[in-house]
Amino acid sequence: MSEANTRLQAFLERAPYVRYLGMRAELAGDEMTAILPFADHLVGNPTIPAVHGGVLGAFMEMTALAQLSVIQQWKRAPKTIDLTVEYMRPARAQATFARAEVRRVGRRVANVHVVAWQDARAAPVAALRCHFLLAPEEA
Amino acid sequence: MNSPSLPSEPFDLERMLASPQSASLGLQFVTAGPAKVALRLPWREELVVDPDTGVIAGGAVTTLLDHVCGLSVGMAQGGASSSTLDLRIDYMRAAAPRADVIGEAHCYRITHNIAFVRGQAYDADPSDPIATAQGVFVLVAGSAA
Repeated sequence: MSEANTRLQAFLERAPYVRYLGMRAELAGDEMTAILPFADHLVGNPTIPAVHGGVLGAFMEMTALAQLSVIQQWKRAPKTIDLTVEYMRPARAQATFARAEVRRVGRRVANVHVVAWQDARAAPVAALRCHFLLAPEEA
Repeated sequence: MNSPSLPSEPFDLERMLASPQSASLGLQFVTAGPAKVALRLPWREELVVDPDTGVIAGGAVTTLLDHVCGLSVGMAQGGASSSTLDLRIDYMRAAAPRADVIGEAHCYRITHNIAFVRGQAYDADPSDPIATAQGVFVLVAGSAA
């Protein structure tokens, strides 16, 4: 297992909330895909049924943090400063996937964009933009 | 005169609260008023992000805020269903370890299609919030009571 994958799996295993969501992630080279299998307890609207919007936001925030764990070892876990979630389609009773793009890593702040989809990446269910406060290992 | 398109029963907050995810998080009703709702997210080990600190995950707070903001839209519009279009959250600080979190929201403006909501989350003192939220919701056509 690569060092990046070791850091990723350690990040995922450390957080009880990640297990609560049932989220996992796979790394192919430097490209990570996060996976949120459908589960009944994640449903927000039972009539559709659709995954709760807050859960989608949480999943994408954890995807962004997972992607930051792939990049490097941090002295302290990056802290979320702010986030914006955009909802495009209901996330139905099936697995949701997400990929994060780290737009910038500065000395103190990282900017990360995440897109989540189900059937097709070109038809996203939601997107996230967020900033994280960083504590680099060498600081 | 009753219109067949309007449900006769009053807006049922209990029913709106009862989604599988809100039940799973254990969200509890705190208070509600015109266009306003507050809910409690009880702390539990499973929702923690860092086992060393015992601080509840930001993601659980995000869900609390999304949920309470959506309910405030229902309160503003006679039980109208809505879906989140856009939710912005600023995280001022982490919640205290092992602390419950209260989420409150106010739907301050509602138009024919769109509702605008402000909310915040705090653990002990409403004037010292963990997070503030700004949400925009799309009303589901024909769902108002």
